[in-house]
Amino acid sequence: MAEERSGIKNSGLSAVVCAFTLLLICIMAFAIRLFSVVKYESVIHEFDPYFNLRVSQFLAKNGPYAMWNWFDDRTWYPLGRVIGGTVYPGLMLTAGTMWWILNSLHITIDIGTVCVFTSPIFSANCAWATFLLTKEVKGTGAGLTAAALIATVPSYISRSVAGSYDNEGIAIFALVFTFYLYVKTLNTGSLFWATANALAYFYMVCSWGGYTFIINLIPIHMLACLLAGKYSAHLYIAYAPFIIFGTLLAASVPVVGFNAVMTSEHFASVLVFAVLHVFALVAYLKRTLPPAALKAATAAILTIGAVGAAAFAFLLVGLVAASPTLGWSGRSLSLLDPTYAGKYIPIIASVSEHQPPTWPSYFMDLHVLILLIPAGIAACFMPLSVPSAFLILYGVVSVYFSGAMVRLMLVLAPAACILAGIGLSEGLHVFARSLKHGVVNMKEEIAKAGEEDEDEGAEGASKEVVKSGSKEGARDAAARASKKKSVKKRSWEKPWWTRSEGPIPFEMAAVGIALALLLMFFFVLHCVWASAEAYSAPSIVLASHNPDGSTHIFDDFREAYGWLRHNTDENTKVASWWDYGYQTTAMANRTVIVDNNTWNNTHIATVGMAMSSPEREAWKIFKSLDVEYVFVIFGGFVGYSGDDIAKFLWMVRIGGGVYPHIKEPDYLKHGSYRIDSGATSTMLNCLMYKLSYYRFADATMAPDGTSGYDRVRRTEIGKKNIKLRYFEEVFTTHHWMVRIYRLKDVPNRQKGARKKAAKAIGSPKKSNKLPKSASKRKSRIGGLRF
Amino acid sequence: MAGPLHDLKAVIGTFSTEYGKTPLRLKLIDLYILYALSTALIQFVYLGLVGSFPFNSFLAGFLSSIGTAVLAVCLRMQVNKDNKEFKDVPPERAFADWVVANIVLHLVVVNYIG
Repeated sequence: MAEERSGIKNSGLSAVVCAFTLLLICIMAFAIRLFSVVKYESVIHEFDPYFNLRVSQFLAKNGPYAMWNWFDDRTWYPLGRVIGGTVYPGLMLTAGTMWWILNSLHITIDIGTVCVFTSPIFSANCAWATFLLTKEVKGTGAGLTAAALIATVPSYISRSVAGSYDNEGIAIFALVFTFYLYVKTLNTGSLFWATANALAYFYMVCSWGGYTFIINLIPIHMLACLLAGKYSAHLYIAYAPFIIFGTLLAASVPVVGFNAVMTSEHFASVLVFAVLHVFALVAYLKRTLPPAALKAATAAILTIGAVGAAAFAFLLVGLVAASPTLGWSGRSLSLLDPTYAGKYIPIIASVSEHQPPTWPSYFMDLHVLILLIPAGIAACFMPLSVPSAFLILYGVVSVYFSGAMVRLMLVLAPAACILAGIGLSEGLHVFARSLKHGVVNMKEEIAKAGEEDEDEGAEGASKEVVKSGSKEGARDAAARASKKKSVKKRSWEKPWWTRSEGPIPFEMAAVGIALALLLMFFFVLHCVWASAEAYSAPSIVLASHNPDGSTHIFDDFREAYGWLRHNTDENTKVASWWDYGYQTTAMANRTVIVDNNTWNNTHIATVGMAMSSPEREAWKIFKSLDVEYVFVIFGGFVGYSGDDIAKFLWMVRIGGGVYPHIKEPDYLKHGSYRIDSGATSTMLNCLMYKLSYYRFADATMAPDGTSGYDRVRRTEIGKKNIKLRYFEEVFTTHHWMVRIYRLKDVPNRQKGARKKAAKAIGSPKKSNKLPKSASKRKSRIGGLRF
Repeated sequence: MAGPLHDLKAVIGTFSTEYGKTPLRLKLIDLYILYALSTALIQFVYLGLVGSFPFNSFLAGFLSSIGTAVLAVCLRMQVNKDNKEFKDVPPERAFADWVVANIVLHLVVVNYIG
């Protein structure tokens, strides 16, 4: 049906051309993601991928059972983290499998390299999965267009470049593949495809927390089809086994566990399961019973069903209302109510990926697809079938969720590409048909032009005859008139949208195809630019241009982690803000206090409180956590705007959320956040300020006598003569971007009497310096108050 | 209440006469479905009486019974000669699909039952 419409005859050559085009598309999908490897090096990007790399390395070294049972004591000190139960294992198992296969073939590739290239490989896989999905709904032409679009769309590239070793890289492939198998089951009604669908869903659950999208979208689609009166056996076979398998398989993944049956994210599937069975029962009774009995039976079922449904709903509401978040997890609730995270969970609100997207980001990520999506939706309505309704719902629901969180633009990307591909393909189909038949029509026109002249002459003659009233003449005239009517109306005489052969004139079709191709050229140009310039930055390495045009590389992060790795004891604990936890454990191999998993808000708030407190209190807090080294990221020297001073207000907010003595207004002067001389004294005395700007004024003496100019905040700092009593600086990187400090030890002798007397910080008379030979890095006795 | 009750009896009577006309093959599948559902009911009653620990075993067992019932319903739909949607699917293919689905279901159940 769809294949015929696309005009491709079932010949071997067309299949070969199609396969070859698909191969080229997959190669393009792989190649467009390699810019960062070419520009920088084959390195893992960002923060989260470093954790995934560390788990993959553990898996490669110790095997899957060890990974399943791994309790990590080098993070969240002193709590530790159960890796087996809190991580989505799909990504690591995929990379681990590829590494294992290659190594068993004696292609000894390092696990790190496999991890870097996992995302591009699975993007290529996603391209052919998109082809299959669109082909199931609308045919081969639309399939190829959609595959070409998803190979290059910037939204998907942003999360799957080479080096971005994160869950989304494989999860989007799993998502599209699951949807393909679902639509295939709907079309064929075979239990085999239903089983395959369930197994693909299992792979999706293993890969990403976004699997809840599938388990809610498919029930929505099913409900829409049932309410539209399209119940059929295919629907039942596609849905009911999937739910049973899906629940069991989801529960088998440790990180999901019992959430598969207990959280609100999964309730929709159970409800629609029940509704489906009601419809199935009604359909069965319609087939079996005669009409009279049917009416009575329907009445009986409705009463029983209503009672049962009421009881079930009562139970459900009771269960759901008992939980403060109505059974939804924090992240899902912030999707449904975008203001929720800002009020209750500052950590979720603080992540920039969780903010709503701006309009320019839609254009940047989807470009011309935004225009083509409505065309695709319209094409799906003509004709509206169960699979095309699924695509429409997928598009609409994902557009809504992408508006809640910019991170979910990624879920919109496949829907956008499929719908845009369908729209574009339909348009090109109309143009191509018109081109093809425009030529035929022109020839027809010339041939029939001669006949038309004769007919017109006859009509004129018949009118004269009618006027004269002669019967014979009238009969002849009638015969000729009917002959004229029986001649088919020429295609250019019918309204253009009803024509099936050549809807549009030849010239318009030619111009149309040329313009469509131009549109696609601009799209690809934009995608390549976006991939090369915007999405290929491995945030671990920064680059800028020298005045002579050469690139200057900032490798400070790895410099600092390398210093920690080589100059500290293996069991030391290192404290920093949670952003850098994963990188520290992966590259520096030291125990950290908090990391990017952010599962324990109180622990993070403790670190935030320490960063916001004066030096002495901060020392005590860190000492209670056994911390020996603290590091901060500082961008004022070179102008790196993502440093810890920029994030400091979030530390205050998160700390203040748990420890009420930290109040955000204390750090703001008249509501504005400043670090210059107009800043509040709490701000100027807090640990973060001191650790960031220690010796900064000395290092940045300008010729005109000013010093301490912070390039990010663009002002001079407020307090320039900073003295540290409880911390000592041990390492600052080349561009001052990472500054590592060590907590000073408690002195051997404590001044008991002076402890009570002197509270003033900074009275130098009380310091007793030891002779220099006695100490290297040990603390100065007496300079500290305890 | 006599009216609707009488109606219900009439409906049940009509239903049983109509049901008698279904082929033997489908009646066997129906019996199997009833058996699976009754095991599910027994497990649910047990849950109510004794409690839910260990929950994963209950889930595995319960969903195994419901799952076999659902798969048998799917098989019945495909094997039913009156069903025009499946007229080009041979019943052997339907049975083979059903066997594969059951194998996967029971593998998962055995894994999860703990």
